[in-house]
Amino acid sequence: MSVNKVLTYTVPADKFAGTAFEQKKKGAFLAAEWSAESENYFEVYACYRLNGEYQIVRTEISKEKAEFDSISGYYLAASRFERQIYSLMGIKAIGNTDQRPWIKFEDWPVDAWPLRKNFKQNTVLRRSEGTYDWIQAEGEGVFEIPVGPVHAGIIEPGHFRFQAVGEAIINLEERLGYVHKGIEKRYESTPWLEGYKLAGRVSGDSTVAHSLAYCIALEAMTGCKVPARAAWLRAIFLERERIANHLGDIGAIGNDAAFSILLYQLMRLKEMLLRTNQLLWGHRYVMDKIVPGGIVADIDKNGIEQILTELKKIEKEFKLLVKIYDGNPSLEERVLTTGILSKAQALELGVVGFVARASGLDIDSRVQNPFSPYDQLEIKVPVFTAGDVNARVWVRIEEVRESIRLIRLLLNNLPSGAIKTDCPLPPPNKTGFAVVEGWRGEIIYWLQSDSKGAINRCMARDPSALNWKGLEYSVLDNIVPDFPLCNKSFNASYAGNDL
Amino acid sequence: MIRTLFQIFKTGIVTENVLGRDADNIEVLGSKLSKIIKKRFRGSLTIRQIDAGSCNGCELEIHALNNSIYNIEQYGVRFTASPRFADLLLVTGPVTLNMEIALKRTYEATPTPKLVVAVGDCGCGQGIFDENYATIGAIDKVIPVDARIKGCPPTPAALLNGILQAIS
Repeated sequence: MSVNKVLTYTVPADKFAGTAFEQKKKGAFLAAEWSAESENYFEVYACYRLNGEYQIVRTEISKEKAEFDSISGYYLAASRFERQIYSLMGIKAIGNTDQRPWIKFEDWPVDAWPLRKNFKQNTVLRRSEGTYDWIQAEGEGVFEIPVGPVHAGIIEPGHFRFQAVGEAIINLEERLGYVHKGIEKRYESTPWLEGYKLAGRVSGDSTVAHSLAYCIALEAMTGCKVPARAAWLRAIFLERERIANHLGDIGAIGNDAAFSILLYQLMRLKEMLLRTNQLLWGHRYVMDKIVPGGIVADIDKNGIEQILTELKKIEKEFKLLVKIYDGNPSLEERVLTTGILSKAQALELGVVGFVARASGLDIDSRVQNPFSPYDQLEIKVPVFTAGDVNARVWVRIEEVRESIRLIRLLLNNLPSGAIKTDCPLPPPNKTGFAVVEGWRGEIIYWLQSDSKGAINRCMARDPSALNWKGLEYSVLDNIVPDFPLCNKSFNASYAGNDL
Repeated sequence: MIRTLFQIFKTGIVTENVLGRDADNIEVLGSKLSKIIKKRFRGSLTIRQIDAGSCNGCELEIHALNNSIYNIEQYGVRFTASPRFADLLLVTGPVTLNMEIALKRTYEATPTPKLVVAVGDCGCGQGIFDENYATIGAIDKVIPVDARIKGCPPTPAALLNGILQAIS
């Protein structure tokens, strides 16, 4: 299978759920499910991943009927995707046992379907009365803890509702959507060559990965060949983003277990990295530097030297800090066997990224679905089986080391030449698909042009859309005070999920 | 333990003075409140951060304020978990429809006198996320704002300078 190609086939609406059953039997994961609107009908898509190969199943649905058979009976992850399809496009998934809105709140007008073509982007939504049916638990000693949307800390908004008996969590329900900015609707009025900016702000901490995924999808549509130097530097940006976020998060996990030295030391290393980014490319997070057709930030000999020196420092200090992490019994007490997501659960939920790798799943789209230059690299993918907070930390520790190695390798063999070529505009009625392994995991972009050649639909799927569900399962039977630790070890994005 | 102590001593004090750096993108709207706060709180200030719809880019830089290099606590500024203890709200945006009510409630829960600083291009109404069905836009469309710090995201130095200017 060649790079970033995807097989799309159309089935009649009554066969849509059947194909999900077949995919499930084969052992495929559900990567995403979404909808689009054409002139004469709605479309529903399901994207499956089997051994790193992607298949998209598409079906057409009449506008009058606006319903399809749910696949949530086969794939748990489909439930939220289908709730979102109903909330934003108004196509009902028949058979999904959960028909509550998702992202759309109960105080929106019920018939506001923002992704439909007849819905104007600037419609002012009047609030209406509505209720949300929370899952409830009853019984002696059961109590409920509502948390959020404004959390205790510098963090994005979301609502968590715990049912607990004493200290033990018996159920956690997430409600997200607080930072929904209508990004997918915004795409419909965005010029193709500007879309990378929007993608770069889907989830700020993954700005490189998201804009890269958008650009690759667009380049796949137009047949644009990115110069080798640009491709290599893109990978360097991506690996640097991975290191920066992993460093910060490992520190934050330490901090949540009252071991603050890790936070302060690792944040210092992260700051070192961000400053080099600023110095070399003019932005601490390398935002807006990946554009369709290449990149707009180069590196010279001095820059390469600077990165190599910086990496040497980071590597040396990181080694010692990992020893400190590993050799502290009171920290071990908190992270070992806490927040376990079993392999069976991980398979069932189809989680991705470091969360999946900490629960025994050997998946990494840099290896299984590589684009240049990853197709020329051998990447060591760390896989741990415990599925607890500690395993998720260790996956990330190993990934920091591996990314340092990769950056060195890329810098030492950096091709010369141009860093950008002109990206043509895509033809009408075409689709493009891209998968990028961001630091959280697999990011998917799917683009579709309309009959005039403009953006008809841009579907962005952040790893968080799958991984949030994993958190709900991992905290069961844990104590409430361990929730921040579990949550931080997943560190799913609210913005990336809500779009 | 010996390793931990060794690392601490070896690292030493890494805090830098960044006052004045990256301070161009700050607009203080001349509030009388700021004087009151300065007088009443003697420069000691407690911040409640609210994400009212950001992409989390601004949050990364606000986090960096607490690292040992910027070390915002050296100026008597610290972050609190509850709006009830806050003197200043540091709000990132754009305000989404789904966060509007929560933002207003958090503002109301904060005791007066209080300052509001809008953070980031989106929070200042100049970002990529302009108004649409899901987005209300700048922070000052929902609650009164005393100072603005621009940037996408604003650097920690700009944030630090902006916060200090807002209270002085």
